[in-house]
Amino acid sequence: MWSYEKKLQYPVKVSTCNPTLARYLMEQYGGADGELAAALRYLNQRYTIPDKVIGLLTDIGTEEFAHLEMIATMIYKLTKDATPQQLRDAGLGDHYVSHDSALFYNNASGVPFTAAYIQAKGDPIADLYEDIAAEEKARATYQWIIDISDDPDLNDSLRFLREREIVHSQRFREAVEMLKEDRDQKKVF
Amino acid sequence: MIKALPNEYYQQLEEIQAVDFVLMELTLYLDTHPADSHAIQQYNHFAHNSLLLKQKFEAKFGPLQQRSINQKNDFWMWKSGPWPWQI
Repeated sequence: MWSYEKKLQYPVKVSTCNPTLARYLMEQYGGADGELAAALRYLNQRYTIPDKVIGLLTDIGTEEFAHLEMIATMIYKLTKDATPQQLRDAGLGDHYVSHDSALFYNNASGVPFTAAYIQAKGDPIADLYEDIAAEEKARATYQWIIDISDDPDLNDSLRFLREREIVHSQRFREAVEMLKEDRDQKKVF
Repeated sequence: MIKALPNEYYQQLEEIQAVDFVLMELTLYLDTHPADSHAIQQYNHFAHNSLLLKQKFEAKFGPLQQRSINQKNDFWMWKSGPWPWQI
């Protein structure tokens, strides 16, 4: 089961109403390499991964939900005071007519989230390599958002999230090594 | 919607966020290094710290976690804000 804590993992401050930036952040909300995809990917793979790695997938998957909440908070704060005209100017006119200012799981181009973004191959090495790639793609996406962002307060939180992707990637790489060691030890001739 | 919060709210919350971050980091580290007794010692030290900080915060600002004690007998405080995206 899961249990809620009424706090973000890391503080999220935004400088000004900025719906354009909110639109870019939707890539990490409902995009292919976003936080929703990450959480669902790891928490689904863990049932068939070797016991040694279940804890890691559970804990990283759970942390991804905390990141999803941070991204949601950013999008909410950046758009909550925006007028329909401002949303339209930011390229969120299509979003507005369907959702008003509600959040929705789509990417920066408005494409809705799909389970096709994630994989579960049942092969531990294949799954973990996918997870490493997912973390690296998310890290790169955070970097591009930081590069294009004009909000220094927000960038502080984005840098935190970028660093988390690096840590997760490193932990998954360690998990691969653990499984390889096990595999090599089991060889009997 | 949300009345202004005292600086103390933000300070105490940030302390909790910092300690819980250490716990998260150590958790992931220990998931792949489960026999590192120095890291386990650190983990237990900060787990205790986190507990104390949360008790102090909740006594003043209401429950931070599900299953915490409700401080008032006549009002269910969990349902009250501020929620994380409102501060």
